[in-house]
Amino acid sequence: MTRPAAPRVALFVTCLVDLFRPSVGFAAVKLLADAGCQVEVPRGQTCCGQPAYNQGDRATTIGLARQTIQALAGFDYVVVPSGSCAGMLKKHYPSLFEPGSAERAEADRLAERCFELISFLTDVLGVGAVQATLDTSVTYHDSCSGLRELGIKQQPRQLLASVAGLELKELPGAEVCCGFGGTFCVKYPEISTKMVSDKVAEIEATGAALLLAGDLGCLMNIAGRLKRTGGKVEARHVAEVLAGQLDQPPIAAGRGEVG
Amino acid sequence: MQSTAHAFKANVRAALADQPLQQALGMARTGFQQKRADAAARLPEFEALRDAAKALKDHVLGHLDLYLEAFEQRVVEQGGKVHWARDAAEARAILIDLCQAAGARTVTKSKSMVTEEIGLNEALETAGIRPIETDLGEHIIQLAGQRPSHILAPAIHMTKERISALFAEHHGRPPVTQAPELLAEARAFLRQRYFEADIGITGANFLVAETGSIVLVTNEGNAELTQGLPKVHVVLAGIEKLVPTLEDAFVLLRVLARSATGQEFSAYTTVLTGPKRPADLDGPGELHVVLLDNGRAGMLGTEFQDMLRCIRCGACMNHCPVYLATGGHAYGSVYPGPMGAVLTPGLVGIEEAQHLPNASTFCGRCEQVCPVRIPLPKMMRHWREEQFRRQLTPPTARYGLKLWAFAARRPALYHLGAKVTSRLLGWLGGRRGRFASLPLAGGWTGSRDLPAPEGQSFQALWAARQGRGR
Repeated sequence: MTRPAAPRVALFVTCLVDLFRPSVGFAAVKLLADAGCQVEVPRGQTCCGQPAYNQGDRATTIGLARQTIQALAGFDYVVVPSGSCAGMLKKHYPSLFEPGSAERAEADRLAERCFELISFLTDVLGVGAVQATLDTSVTYHDSCSGLRELGIKQQPRQLLASVAGLELKELPGAEVCCGFGGTFCVKYPEISTKMVSDKVAEIEATGAALLLAGDLGCLMNIAGRLKRTGGKVEARHVAEVLAGQLDQPPIAAGRGEVG
Repeated sequence: MQSTAHAFKANVRAALADQPLQQALGMARTGFQQKRADAAARLPEFEALRDAAKALKDHVLGHLDLYLEAFEQRVVEQGGKVHWARDAAEARAILIDLCQAAGARTVTKSKSMVTEEIGLNEALETAGIRPIETDLGEHIIQLAGQRPSHILAPAIHMTKERISALFAEHHGRPPVTQAPELLAEARAFLRQRYFEADIGITGANFLVAETGSIVLVTNEGNAELTQGLPKVHVVLAGIEKLVPTLEDAFVLLRVLARSATGQEFSAYTTVLTGPKRPADLDGPGELHVVLLDNGRAGMLGTEFQDMLRCIRCGACMNHCPVYLATGGHAYGSVYPGPMGAVLTPGLVGIEEAQHLPNASTFCGRCEQVCPVRIPLPKMMRHWREEQFRRQLTPPTARYGLKLWAFAARRPALYHLGAKVTSRLLGWLGGRRGRFASLPLAGGWTGSRDLPAPEGQSFQALWAARQGRGR
């Protein structure tokens, strides 16, 4: 597929960004606009359907998939600031429909045009650097779906390397799940707590001041545990740093706290 | 064994509080993963071998009837006997009949998960026959009266200190504490048992249709002593263990040990064909192969067929963050970890085992390392769909899901709800920016704060921005 000069990009916001952290959505809009995209946010979108999909409610999942596919039709690309939700649209939607059916063809068309935000910038638009400055040390957690379903590993590191002043301290066990897992974290809180506690210990051992990741679910889980245990490491979505949009306090840190 | 899978949550709580267990699991975590990664990195064609292994198993599963018949014919031609067991009860009956026909009072066993699957040891003991486990890990847990907590390393949950105390109690010798001493003591204890045994029972890693051979893999040589010294050798194996040829078996062997322990090959790989022939110096006088279905044939042609590719390497559990947090006993089933979460509901019923396929974040590491590329998360999701269809999902979860789905299917309503909720929670979260507790969110806030919303939904802010722009 040849790339249009100023591609029309639909932003699939994701329900967590919409509800909890709109600044991630605006950071995504800025990064896309800086790279020459015309960004639109279709109103017909809500949630990708993973809560239903992962609880075995296939009928609801298919209903939401149909709605999402329709809402996102007609754009050059669909971009998602989450590996997990992008993986749902790209890898799982097609499997919901009969091979050979018209709906499957539409799901396949979406899958071809749909990308996670950071990998879209690097792999599709060829962005190699960003104009941002952040004088701090960061560590990076590879969210499971982005890493294993979409192969996102080097892309965020490549762009972070272009942020002036930023030092990346690699996280041992960066590829191990943080214990979020959608409803898993409330269905099996003890196991989830053990997993996120191990993750927090490894993050703190890096000595980094800021944790970054590409998925808000993981970040809310880890930041929530960091705060509960009195940790000093802050947490942000990687898009916020790359877009240089750091006006909002870090995740789970209030305006009352001066970072 | 008696399943305690229904008590998974209570089992988990106990496991997380068990300090020696957590210490043992901590060591497993680093060891197994690094060894597998190193072994895979050393072999350039490792990924291609995984593809070949998967294709091979798929081929066998597509023609299983032919290969089973061919295998039986070869075994019989060479003087062995094949027995067919539809389920665990039939398999136990066949094995006990064989033991009684041989007048057996003691049987040696090499490590076999399928004998655990049918509950063989209890059945033998009830029939007055003494089973002796000869694998070191199995010997340890037999002394402790426990079940394997890992399909490969059955005593992985035990620390050296626990093992030392067990040996001192059961072996009737002065206590020893160092690993080589413990090993020597177990070896001395078991060596005599091999000579006393009337029958040796083993599993099989692979059954070769072309030659009627049984392929066995161990690191201790105990399968060789188990099968070769007694008068009778009985093999119990699932019907999915068939491979067409010896070459095919070696394709699978090349991925098996690397995936399991990071070894290029296990210390002992034995190919057995038929009972002792007149010119042979040793070997069992009788060879019996018991082929077990126990639900396997029923998986063919279903969404669970891929699971029959499993070669029992244990890589999925070695890389599973849930297994590594809880250990294998918490699953309350013969097979733990991701492969167990898929197999157990089929063996004991989804009602009994409903937690197992749910207790996964779908992080995907199991599928990433599976040598035969079984889509384990997808299989677990199939069970969740079965549960949902049969209304076994807890009512609160179903009701919550319905309410959420009602809104999510109506974008205008959804955006209004998100706008109101983010404002309300943003306001309640206030300057602190998080909640230490929140009604209905105890599962989250019991151990972590909940980040508060910024105060406006993205869609509301975007609509306002677009409005200004016009």
